[in-house]
Amino acid sequence: MTTLTKATGEAAARENPARRRRRKVDRLPYLLLLPCLAIIAVLLLWPLGQVVMMSFYKLDSVRQLRGDREWPWVGLANYAQILGDPFFRTVLRNTVLFAVANVALTMVLGTLVGLLLNRLGKKMATFVASCVMLAWATPALTGTIVWKWIFDDTSGLVTWLFNKLPDGLSSTLFGRSDWTGYGWFNDPLMFFAILTLVVVWHSFPFIAVSVLAGLKSVPGELQEAARVDGAGPWRVFWSVTFPILRPVFGILVVLSTIWDFKVFTQQFVLAGGTQDRSTFMLSIYSYAEAFSPPPKYGLGSAIAVILTVILLVVTALYVRMVLRQEDES
Amino acid sequence: MKKLALNGAGLLVALFAAFPVYWMIATSLKPNREIFSATPRPVPAEPTLEHYREILTGNLIPGVTFLDFFLNSVLVAVATVLLSGLVALLAATAVARFRFKLRTSFLILLLVVQMIPLEALVIPLFLMIQRLGLYNTLPSLILTYLGFSLPFAVWMLRGFVAAVPKELEEAAAIDGASRAQTFRKVLFPLVAPGLVATSIFSFITAWNELIFALTFVNDQQKYTLPVAMTFFFGRDDTAWGSVMAASTLFTLPVIVFFLLVQRRMVSGLVAGAVKG
Repeated sequence: MTTLTKATGEAAARENPARRRRRKVDRLPYLLLLPCLAIIAVLLLWPLGQVVMMSFYKLDSVRQLRGDREWPWVGLANYAQILGDPFFRTVLRNTVLFAVANVALTMVLGTLVGLLLNRLGKKMATFVASCVMLAWATPALTGTIVWKWIFDDTSGLVTWLFNKLPDGLSSTLFGRSDWTGYGWFNDPLMFFAILTLVVVWHSFPFIAVSVLAGLKSVPGELQEAARVDGAGPWRVFWSVTFPILRPVFGILVVLSTIWDFKVFTQQFVLAGGTQDRSTFMLSIYSYAEAFSPPPKYGLGSAIAVILTVILLVVTALYVRMVLRQEDES
Repeated sequence: MKKLALNGAGLLVALFAAFPVYWMIATSLKPNREIFSATPRPVPAEPTLEHYREILTGNLIPGVTFLDFFLNSVLVAVATVLLSGLVALLAATAVARFRFKLRTSFLILLLVVQMIPLEALVIPLFLMIQRLGLYNTLPSLILTYLGFSLPFAVWMLRGFVAAVPKELEEAAAIDGASRAQTFRKVLFPLVAPGLVATSIFSFITAWNELIFALTFVNDQQKYTLPVAMTFFFGRDDTAWGSVMAASTLFTLPVIVFFLLVQRRMVSGLVAGAVKG
């Protein structure tokens, strides 16, 4: 090590104008960042500013986007129209309720599975973890298509399963015994239930794996000691495990909230497009307003801005948490 | 007794997680009469590859086959991977190797832009694509996905660069290597595994994307696979056997790639939180 330092010193001394070299090095990181910054600016920040701007204009034709026609300024009219529309309140309620329910379910299921993986024997844990990985790795698109097939109204597995129920039981519970031809996706409540199933199925593995990774870094003796002192599993979790994992949980809740607020692919595929307005949530509502004919880009932008504002507040929390942990580690 | 309960719970979780994937593959291997029979069979009684042959040889629309859509997707994903890998490597080197004034600001920027709801950027990006004359072209998607995959790619890659011992580069510098040479001959080979992991992440991002592909490309011949699948298989008279065969072909590469990098993805996403 000392020889290395000495050698560097000598090399620097031999290198003629050492100071010029140092100044050059100072500029290098900025040069390396330049392409990345340019791309982020053009493809993420500029559109972000643009969507805010577009929300103040009346934009309803592709010609305006191409710049062939004027953009009439309408100020806050798009927002006034959106916020005054009872339908928007329904959409907002759908979005918030869906996100809350999905985050809660994902966190609970994910944490339970994480704890379970930590307790299972080695072989069993590997097997279960591999299966859980499959759900995580499956693309949202094909995962949703398969669930749609499972809920198919004629040959779907769930339809078959409900048909298998004793007729009397099925009639008392649900008011029908023949489920063939039952439209699982027609009733909004049922639609959201299935969407929740699909989203939770996709997202609990990430929580489970993260919780497991967190648990592995917790010294087992702590839990062991608590158990020896007579604490039940519930008590051990809340008094020992949870406080240690709190930072992990914080980040996981924030990430899940962000993801569940902007679910699009699963919704789009399950609903078969953007026709079913009764199941709209913010991101698909914004998309449908903007791109379903007649296009209303200004109005769609206003909805997108509202979605973004909600998520940026959540993001601020996330960034604070990550930075605090970067400092600690 | 307790162990039995734990293992039982484990099996239930495994079943819930893996069943849809199994059911996708199983359905894709069943002949139509088994798929549409009143009593579904858990295992294909007469497994067949006819659905795979159907989608691989038949035209989905006149003149366009499944393979064409597949290749569109491959092209878009590979171009995204190459571009974002190069740019991310430069940026990751900057933040992992240098202490400079705006370093922390840049890291915060990376985190924040990762959280921008991309769904909210469809409209302004559509505007940009229109003005650039890129509407209905695959480069419109490559450009878009480059922006999306880059922030996380840099975030992931900086850890790999930081893991390469600085002394190696210093030694190369002493031996008279220029900055560019050190970069190419010392840093690059050592970061290569990290670059592969990051590339896989970018690939999956581009491969799976639906909304932008749906919006920027209207010409059926240029559809990427996700769009083709929602478009051609989303109808009421769905040919589920073909859909499941297509889904399987779409999903398997992702699963294989994903398993290779998931460990890095977790640590990247949860940042410092789960360092073990």
